[in-house]
Amino acid sequence: MSKLTKEQVDHFFIDQFQSFENKLNGESKKPLHQLRKAAITAFKENGLPAAKNEEYKYTNIAKAFAKHLNVEALSDNNFALSSDEAAKYFIPELDAVRLVFVNGMLNKELSDLENLPEGLQIQPIKTAQDDFQDDFARHFNTHKIEGSDSFSDLNTAFTDGGVFIKISKSAVIEKPIACYYFTDAKEADVISQPRNLVIAEKNSQTSMVESYITIGEYASFTNAVTEIVVEDDSIFNYYKYQDESEKAIHVGATLVHQLGKSVFNSGTFSFNGAMIRNNLSIAVHSEHSETNMIGLYFLDYSTHVDNHTVVDHRVPNCESNETYKGVLDGKSRGVFNGKIFVRQPAQKTNAFQSNRNILMSDGSEMDTKPQLEIWADDVKCSHGCTVGQLDKDQLFYLKARGLDEKTAKSMLLNAFASDVVNPIKIEALKKLIESKIIERL
Amino acid sequence: MSKDDQILEQFASKEYEHGWSVDFEADSAPPGLSEDIVRFISAKKDEPSWLLEWRLKAYRNWRKMIEPKWANVHYPKPQFEDIIYYSAPKKKKTAESLDEVDPELLKTFERLGISLTEQKRLTGVAVDAVMDSVSVGTTFKKQLLEQGIIFCSFSEAVKDYPELVKKYIGSVVPSNDNFYAALNSAVFSDGSFCYIPKGVRCPVELSTYFRINAANTGQFERTLIVAEEDSYVSYLEGCTAPQRDENQLHAAVVEIYAAKSAEVKYSTVQNWYPGDKNGKGGIYNFVTKRGICAGDYAKISWTQVETGSAVTWKYPSCILKGDYSQGEFYSVAVTNNYQQADTGTKMIHIGKNTKSRIVSKGVSGGYSQNSYRGLVEIHPRAENSRNFSQCDSLLMGDKCGAHTFPYIEVKNKSSQIEHEATTSKIGEDQIFYCTQRGIDEESAVALIVNGYCKEVLNKLPMEFAVEAQKLLALTLEGSVG
Repeated sequence: MSKLTKEQVDHFFIDQFQSFENKLNGESKKPLHQLRKAAITAFKENGLPAAKNEEYKYTNIAKAFAKHLNVEALSDNNFALSSDEAAKYFIPELDAVRLVFVNGMLNKELSDLENLPEGLQIQPIKTAQDDFQDDFARHFNTHKIEGSDSFSDLNTAFTDGGVFIKISKSAVIEKPIACYYFTDAKEADVISQPRNLVIAEKNSQTSMVESYITIGEYASFTNAVTEIVVEDDSIFNYYKYQDESEKAIHVGATLVHQLGKSVFNSGTFSFNGAMIRNNLSIAVHSEHSETNMIGLYFLDYSTHVDNHTVVDHRVPNCESNETYKGVLDGKSRGVFNGKIFVRQPAQKTNAFQSNRNILMSDGSEMDTKPQLEIWADDVKCSHGCTVGQLDKDQLFYLKARGLDEKTAKSMLLNAFASDVVNPIKIEALKKLIESKIIERL
Repeated sequence: MSKDDQILEQFASKEYEHGWSVDFEADSAPPGLSEDIVRFISAKKDEPSWLLEWRLKAYRNWRKMIEPKWANVHYPKPQFEDIIYYSAPKKKKTAESLDEVDPELLKTFERLGISLTEQKRLTGVAVDAVMDSVSVGTTFKKQLLEQGIIFCSFSEAVKDYPELVKKYIGSVVPSNDNFYAALNSAVFSDGSFCYIPKGVRCPVELSTYFRINAANTGQFERTLIVAEEDSYVSYLEGCTAPQRDENQLHAAVVEIYAAKSAEVKYSTVQNWYPGDKNGKGGIYNFVTKRGICAGDYAKISWTQVETGSAVTWKYPSCILKGDYSQGEFYSVAVTNNYQQADTGTKMIHIGKNTKSRIVSKGVSGGYSQNSYRGLVEIHPRAENSRNFSQCDSLLMGDKCGAHTFPYIEVKNKSSQIEHEATTSKIGEDQIFYCTQRGIDEESAVALIVNGYCKEVLNKLPMEFAVEAQKLLALTLEGSVG
């Protein structure tokens, strides 16, 4: 396995872009390609975050690359994933609009795009740039946001196989939109970079879940970006579920713009992977918006999960709530960095954040940094965070009533996680996560 | 709200009370820094060769370092080549009694409200006054010596107790620790040395006063406190500085060594010149303060009230190495006008059953930026360690900022860490409650701020608590009736 330095990885991606560009027949004149080129230029300037980068202080992606990824022998073809095989990984009992991506490319055969509910339009991003030119020009990669970094640039540069999702004005989409991202690492290491744009128009209601799956023994690197634009009076529920292989490196950015007085609920649930970095950035552009974020990382072995969230309050009278919880076992490592920006005009902001963690083993480690940056005076902001272990008294109480240690522990951990599991609005996903927690115990 | 603005206006236009300077004939080194200057300082002070070597080593390290940029503060980079690294009042012989002290100097202290004689007799505080780097008067020295307590200027300590200084200097803050610590190690002019022998409980509060006097003189103080087994000392340090237009650099180092079961209480009130209301001038305060609980059951407690400096960059830290050792950090940081403060603490838990507590209260007004930056690190073997942190910010005005950057790194499953932070302004309902009871708005603000800081102010020794409250009231002048 080759040991790569950050510079070598940077060069590798820049070279990749060359060959990627050559394959794009006739696309080079389109506006999307201009964006790609601008993004690769930006990437060339900074490259991957260096070891000294404050935002990646605890998460050294380049090191994970060196450990797991063999960039000289990457798989470049899409394997035919049988529908039976894929079905094993779908969220059980979930009646959803299904989108299946294999190695970053939308796979129409495995997706279920027939009979879309009224008001929902889904297209590959490549055709959408023509069919939805206005939306594209207005929203694709146009909004500046805190928390997007050179990984986002890299993703923009390789925009290819993602989708464009549009929920029309006043549409209420009953079925959740489920996106399954399969990484097929059965025969070689894989890099995939899915890129999606979701626009929820005025007064609409949508739920969306993204699930990341790796198949195979080889290593993989997923660099995903999903941009979500939420317009006036809409409600958008967004969930991310990660249960990948122990050689999967994942960097995922969810960049959200709340353009109108809207509600955005998000949930991030991480169970497995080599190194997972989730960037959840939410910019609140319009008054009277509400943002709720929940997260759970339930880790074991040497899984490394890093959750970076940013809520950027730019306007007055908004509210944000954030609760992230972690249970760490084995040699796992959790990282949490929650930033709340309250800009000078954002008076009357209420922002709350809490991060609570339980360390189960001696090898586990938690690094947390809740961060408040406030420039407005008439605000109520608070954060709290704890790192501890299960309460001995509570364990004793349960054991005294005849429960064995294992049952007692799982009962307490279930109760601990319930705060972040109960608010999930998709019943099937909630069940899956509950069963996942029980399986762990 | 117009009332609020008015209060702020008054608050902002308040002049610096201690802003004046006395002309001394300074015995200065030429500006700039080189190995020769380091040698010059060392020679001036008749230092032994090991200390010169130590300084030179620090200097060579410093040459290789670059200025840190990570703090949340913005300021023009100090011109290290324009700074005079050594200046001492001309009439510099060590005073045996107060009579021998330059009367001009004594007058200076009286204007500051520190009458050596008064304090000596009335308050029982032994004051080691530091004026532009050379210690000029040390009181109570003999009484303390009878108990074996050494409390003297750093240069005296180097002469009289070289083996002690040699043993402990740089043991807590190594000379290559960071950019400013290295600079200090190379050029430190003077400071205080304090040694409490085994089993002795220091009967009085030890205190030093620092003032920056000559123009363009960076102050590079070095304080070393050593508390042997089962000893106790409460050490106070206060700073005020005259008004200056040019930015002055202050890069001090404070080292505390606490052996088994020793307790050191370190309190400080800092009131360097913060610059005028347009943010012009003011002191740069880049300080490295660190204590080590080397033995079991040792305890170090930092209490600070920060009201001055244009730019503050200061993290009094505790290394909790001994089992059952304890660290505490209580801080009030008030910033106004264009002041910037990036302050906080580090608690490094290494020993088993170690405990730490952090209480940080920030108040920002005007256009100031106030940041709390802290680290709580639990090492894998620090079993059953415990930390509680609380950092609150109070915003007075809509142009200022309050930021928190708490780092928490936990590598042990049996430890328990709690952190909480809030940011808010003084509630209209609180003001209303007071005004309704006949307290005018200005007094109400003072009352509320004092109550908000009480948890920290209570931790100060009595003599200091008075001064701190005075300072706080001063900073809030205009809003205080």
